[in-house]
Amino acid sequence: MNYKSNSFFEKLFKSTLKIAALIVIGIFILLFYSLVERSIPSLSQNGLEILLGTSWDPNFEIFGGAPAILGTLFSSAIALVFALPISLCIAIFYTEYGPVRLRPFISGVMDLLAAIPSVIYGIWGLWTLSPILKINFQEPIIASIGFIPLFSGPAYGLSIFLASLILTIMITPIISSISIDIFSKTPMPLREGMFALGATKWEVIKNVVFPFAKRGVFAATILGLGRALGETMAVTMVIGNSYIWPFKSISLFSSASTITSKIASEFPESVVNIIHNSSLISLALVLLLISISINFVAEIISKKSAGRLNV
Amino acid sequence: MRYGISRISLVAIVAVVLVSAGVGYYIINSQQVTPVSITAGGASFPYPLITKWISEYNKLYPHIQISYQSVGSGAGISNLFSKTFDFAGSDATLTDAQLANYSVLHIPETMGGVVVSYNIPGVGSGLKLTADVIAKIFQGNITKWNDPEIISLNPSLNLPDKNIVVVRRSDSSGTTFVFTNYLKNASSFWKLGSGTSVNWPVGIGAPQNSGVASTLLQTPYSIGYLEFFYAHNNSIPYASIQNKDGQFVQPSLQTISNAAKAGAALLTNDVRTPIVNLPGKDVYPIAAFTYILIYKDLSYMDFNKAKAIVNFIWWIIHDGQNYSESLLYPKLPTEVVKIGESLLKQVTCQGKPIL
Repeated sequence: MNYKSNSFFEKLFKSTLKIAALIVIGIFILLFYSLVERSIPSLSQNGLEILLGTSWDPNFEIFGGAPAILGTLFSSAIALVFALPISLCIAIFYTEYGPVRLRPFISGVMDLLAAIPSVIYGIWGLWTLSPILKINFQEPIIASIGFIPLFSGPAYGLSIFLASLILTIMITPIISSISIDIFSKTPMPLREGMFALGATKWEVIKNVVFPFAKRGVFAATILGLGRALGETMAVTMVIGNSYIWPFKSISLFSSASTITSKIASEFPESVVNIIHNSSLISLALVLLLISISINFVAEIISKKSAGRLNV
Repeated sequence: MRYGISRISLVAIVAVVLVSAGVGYYIINSQQVTPVSITAGGASFPYPLITKWISEYNKLYPHIQISYQSVGSGAGISNLFSKTFDFAGSDATLTDAQLANYSVLHIPETMGGVVVSYNIPGVGSGLKLTADVIAKIFQGNITKWNDPEIISLNPSLNLPDKNIVVVRRSDSSGTTFVFTNYLKNASSFWKLGSGTSVNWPVGIGAPQNSGVASTLLQTPYSIGYLEFFYAHNNSIPYASIQNKDGQFVQPSLQTISNAAKAGAALLTNDVRTPIVNLPGKDVYPIAAFTYILIYKDLSYMDFNKAKAIVNFIWWIIHDGQNYSESLLYPKLPTEVVKIGESLLKQVTCQGKPIL
């Protein structure tokens, strides 16, 4: 009797878990299906223009998504390039060099930064960072090396550069706090062994901490990238929302658009024009596909490296 | 007793208060007819005024509950089509194709003017612009503040040798529609067409009127377009604009209202006719109505509710107008109120006219 009821609850427990897992899959399929379904009007009328077109003009029903797609990829990539080294430095300082007394303070601030709502980063970027950056950074650079198209003017403050910077600030706490967790799980015997052999701190970090943490840091990076790709509010507020970059000007100081800023700006009023609405949903579908493929590639890479390291 | 009042007496007091409140509520309500609840929404531009109207109207008729959601004109229209909203507010008018499918009336509720605001350090108010110059600036044909074309209009101003930063809306909006519609009508140089969002070749986009206002405030040498009261409230200088008669007109509640007066004759044929760039000495050229959209045939709701809605709109275009100017909305001129009256008289429910 006791055994039977045990096995009943065991089964109940198991099937509850199964249902929970199926719900996730179900939601994803539903999401994917509705995105595809509602993209069809745009795809059937404009075909691949949503991927390749460089112009977006609802008045003439021209909906090219390339600048927004490139804006998303570029701003996230730049953010990652900035955020990864900074995060690694923070994590190394925290686990290897920093005084133990300082640790709770650093990790507290990190958690706080990670928890700040994105609209607050957006307001701060728009009101505080943008004018400072414009006067002290963009204008001098444009004045000195503005002849290089990548740094040409005029300086607006709001730009793809500022958006990348805000994204950097937003994803650094995520990558660094996960990296801290991983670094501090380096097996003590290995570390102590290295020190016993007379290795310097840097050699220990290079030969023990890094190889051990590689996969985890990689996963943290992908998580940060995911946040950067999908970030909407803050980016919309600081990117300037134009279609100038990268086809009319490749300047880093030019205003630009991302997929999410485009959707956030235009979706509410697009409902009256089916093609406009559907084009925005196609852009959302593109973003979903980008995220899926990045996760897929990340999975493959991390599996490969796992095989090699035999971890 | 530490608190002075025992628990039992506290409970008793609360009970007495609750019961008397309930009885009072019942007495007040029993004298009224059945409560009516009206759901509406749409344009965000008239939202502050509509909120005022709703609260004032509720004081007069407490049994009528009206809610208005500021979701934007486009969402307002689509919710009207799906009959989620009993009426919609919209800055944009329906197209002929939409009207063929949905028999909807446009009733002007209030109006607004779009001003061209600027932030040029060292230059206060007093900038004068023409439609051609505005078109060229917003298309990137004029890029410096000391361009000869601007200087010839403003010989007395000390315009600097600085790049013009164009600021416009990033989201689709009725403000953009009115502004581009004006340029399309008034300038042969304008090539971008008109609509709630256009393909801007230059400048930076900011969300909402408030976003454009704050971007203008913190960006020296910028220019942008705003609803009149956002510029006025934020004390951002705005340009006088040359109207069809060649006069430079400063936007104000009066000059914007003049545009409605000048356009009244056109509205009798089609209430959707834009009132931009109209002739007249003191007519500000960039003005527009914002409308209440309502089905001509309200048979899909009960008569009581239909009557409440029409009565409310009737009140808006008459007594309601007295609240407009304190909130910086121009008053509808009597000519336009007349047109609204005749439209409202067309509304029927179950085959009977409501008014």
